[in-house]
Amino acid sequence: MSNCKPADCHLLLAVRSFKITVFSNPFSSFGPAVLPYSRKKEFPLSLEKMLSGNEAVARGMWEAGVEVASAYPGTPSTEILENFALFPNVYAEWATNEKVAVDVAVGAAYAGKRALAAMKHVGLNVAADSFMYASMTGIEAGLVIVSADDPSMHSSQNEQDNRNFAKFARVPCLEPSDSQEAKDLTIAAFDLSERFDTPVLLRLTTRVCHSTSAVELGERLERPAETRPFPRNPAKYVMVPANAIKRHPVIEERIRTIAQFAETFPFNRVEPGDRSLGIITAGVAYQYAREVFPHASILKLGMTWPLPAGLIRDFAASVERLIILEELDPFIEEGVRLMGIACEGKSIFPMVGELDPFVVRAAAVRAGLLPGPVSEATASLDVSALPSRPPVLCPGCPHRPTFYILNKLKVPVNGDIGCYTLGLIPPLSAIHTCGCMGAGIGVAHGAAQAGSPERHVAVIGDSTFFHTGIPALLNVVYNQAPVVTVILDNRITGMTGHQPNPGTGQTLLGKEAPLVELEPLVRACGVKHVRTLSALDVDAIEKTLKEYVKLDEPSVLIVQEPCALLPEARKKWMPLEVQADKCNGCTLCFRIGCPAILKSEELDEKTQRPKALIDASLCTGCEVCAQICPRDAITFRPDSVFVEKERA
Amino acid sequence: MKEVINFLLCGVGGQGTVLASDVLVHVGLAAGLDAKQAEVHGMSQRGGSVSSHVRWGQKVYAPIVGLGEADILLAFEKLEALRNIKSLRPGGLAVINNQAIVPLTVTSGGQKYPTDEDILTAFRAVTERVYFVDGERLAEELGNLRVANVVLLGALSALLEADPALRGAALSAETWMQVIGERVPARYLELNRQAFLAGRGAV
Repeated sequence: MSNCKPADCHLLLAVRSFKITVFSNPFSSFGPAVLPYSRKKEFPLSLEKMLSGNEAVARGMWEAGVEVASAYPGTPSTEILENFALFPNVYAEWATNEKVAVDVAVGAAYAGKRALAAMKHVGLNVAADSFMYASMTGIEAGLVIVSADDPSMHSSQNEQDNRNFAKFARVPCLEPSDSQEAKDLTIAAFDLSERFDTPVLLRLTTRVCHSTSAVELGERLERPAETRPFPRNPAKYVMVPANAIKRHPVIEERIRTIAQFAETFPFNRVEPGDRSLGIITAGVAYQYAREVFPHASILKLGMTWPLPAGLIRDFAASVERLIILEELDPFIEEGVRLMGIACEGKSIFPMVGELDPFVVRAAAVRAGLLPGPVSEATASLDVSALPSRPPVLCPGCPHRPTFYILNKLKVPVNGDIGCYTLGLIPPLSAIHTCGCMGAGIGVAHGAAQAGSPERHVAVIGDSTFFHTGIPALLNVVYNQAPVVTVILDNRITGMTGHQPNPGTGQTLLGKEAPLVELEPLVRACGVKHVRTLSALDVDAIEKTLKEYVKLDEPSVLIVQEPCALLPEARKKWMPLEVQADKCNGCTLCFRIGCPAILKSEELDEKTQRPKALIDASLCTGCEVCAQICPRDAITFRPDSVFVEKERA
Repeated sequence: MKEVINFLLCGVGGQGTVLASDVLVHVGLAAGLDAKQAEVHGMSQRGGSVSSHVRWGQKVYAPIVGLGEADILLAFEKLEALRNIKSLRPGGLAVINNQAIVPLTVTSGGQKYPTDEDILTAFRAVTERVYFVDGERLAEELGNLRVANVVLLGALSALLEADPALRGAALSAETWMQVIGERVPARYLELNRQAFLAGRGAV
């Protein structure tokens, strides 16, 4: 078994190997972990039917004849583009940010090709400006924007409900409730887009994106191959005030027309049942409605904006008690109330967090919709008192030394979005703010300009720097604050599972790309104090940061090392061990927060403190602990090759 | 059979709960049932607590399992088993890998990892049907730690066959092996078959 490779040995699940992502092939539903630099070349032809919601959207895009797609990775949306990129004769790319992705899709749709941009919910905040003008101009060929919302914030900083964006921008919003609908509504979204000359928002949620259910597959819609001349229609596509003022009534009329269409839209349907209770629902909440209220009458909305007023009125009139079951905001509920129809919604069901069958059932019992009692909590144990297991920086993570030093320097650190936000977790405890992509540098600058008495350090990853960090750094240079920016450059977008970025030298389609070097870019921004170091060189990082926090000018430290989980890095894993006779239990190595360093049961005779012990199955041999050990007690194992083989 | 059978799988990021749940959902389909599966990607997978949901039935609506609604808890790690105990319905089936992965909150924090007795006592208050499986040891005996998950699936398969709630579903060792076989390279099939059988023999 020793020569089994991770990519083809996927059922031999690593017991404690930190395999982060399953980059799955949509039609082999147990897809091997396809890692960057080895993009799977073949495309799926077999018609397997179990797909995740994201895989189903990718399939729907292909069936709808989409030719161009752009996205920035973000959980829970990432697998849409990863899977779409596997189809033949399509163009798919990782854009530098979501705003760029929407502009790219708009450009393709203006040029007459069906196009899509995908992002997580907060990505649409970044892309909002583009989303709004695209609504104003309309398109030449279908344009769909996917927003993957994250109720319960499984992997996000907030749980904003992006149906509000559809209403805000006057574009229709479609919401699938399972993988079949994810595919069907993706196709419907393109038809709707072209029929009404509008972008369409396809709103998914985590439980749709990452749930697997059966899907009937169809054929690809063949669209005209030729590229038409790019439109010269400034009245429609140049949004100067004189043109924009004429477009506004057009889009208001458009949304009224779509509201009429929604009355007969086949994905808005009544499922008749007992007349005593009627439920209007959408998205994954529909599944909970069917599960918890098997006998109720249900109006299931596939389009949640604009709402079909006639359909809702008729449904409301046909039932005795009307409730709205939806996750997060009372979005449908407010629409129904504005129609003058009495209903209940958020007075019964929670507005915070995702729903599930238990939450819905418990709320329904409390509201007298179902007989009680709620099923008893089975165990009386207080599970919140158990030792928590937060996500942590992986063993060998090249971000660790920087946070170890920042913790030591006790400076305020303005962080950003990525794996490195985990520098927050004790014992590193070296992130003090983190709001959204690209925020850290600007926040550090603002604090500095406000006269914050300490030097602020902004910490940002390579992909986030390319995303929105560059304008913020330019601002630091232009307005001259003595902010120290540390760019953690691991050459990949890590948190979302190893997507290539402009610093990787490879595109989503697996083509070679120019590798953007950070130091020349930072110098071109006007930063005079710039240094590039190995991210694992603890002493050099400490020396440079101590020097930079004394400067009265902007400075940038770039620390580089590939993510320890990349296939190339994995090949170099060589575990270390603690020489028990040298270790005196000083505990210094515990302060780097490495999951591979454990407390031994052996106590040091003098200090009576536990000695350190290294778990060889986790250790990658980054030698950060060895560098900080004052007694040189941490060394490579004589047999380290053995473990490396076993993992391979 | 019972209308819907709910599974909750839990463990530590990197242990392969996502992949095991994929096998489980396809076994449900192969047994002639409707099936859905749900998981969470992203930050929690950096060595944090993870869980995934699988549901089998004549018709399955919700993709996730609520509190106290899991018929079966399949835990890849002991502390995670305890953390998810409230998901298990009274009298449900708990299959727990006899493995402890000690979190940093215990190594460098001062929190205490629960003892085996704590864990067993807590589960006994919910159900008599608690099974500890030496997944790691059995896999090691077969020469590869990585098949520990297949050992656990083997144990689960034997327990499910004996479950009256699943009477009528075409569940057999062959069904499981077929699903697993479709997902491993031919040269590892025998190892996985042995791991699966070792698990079946362990309960």
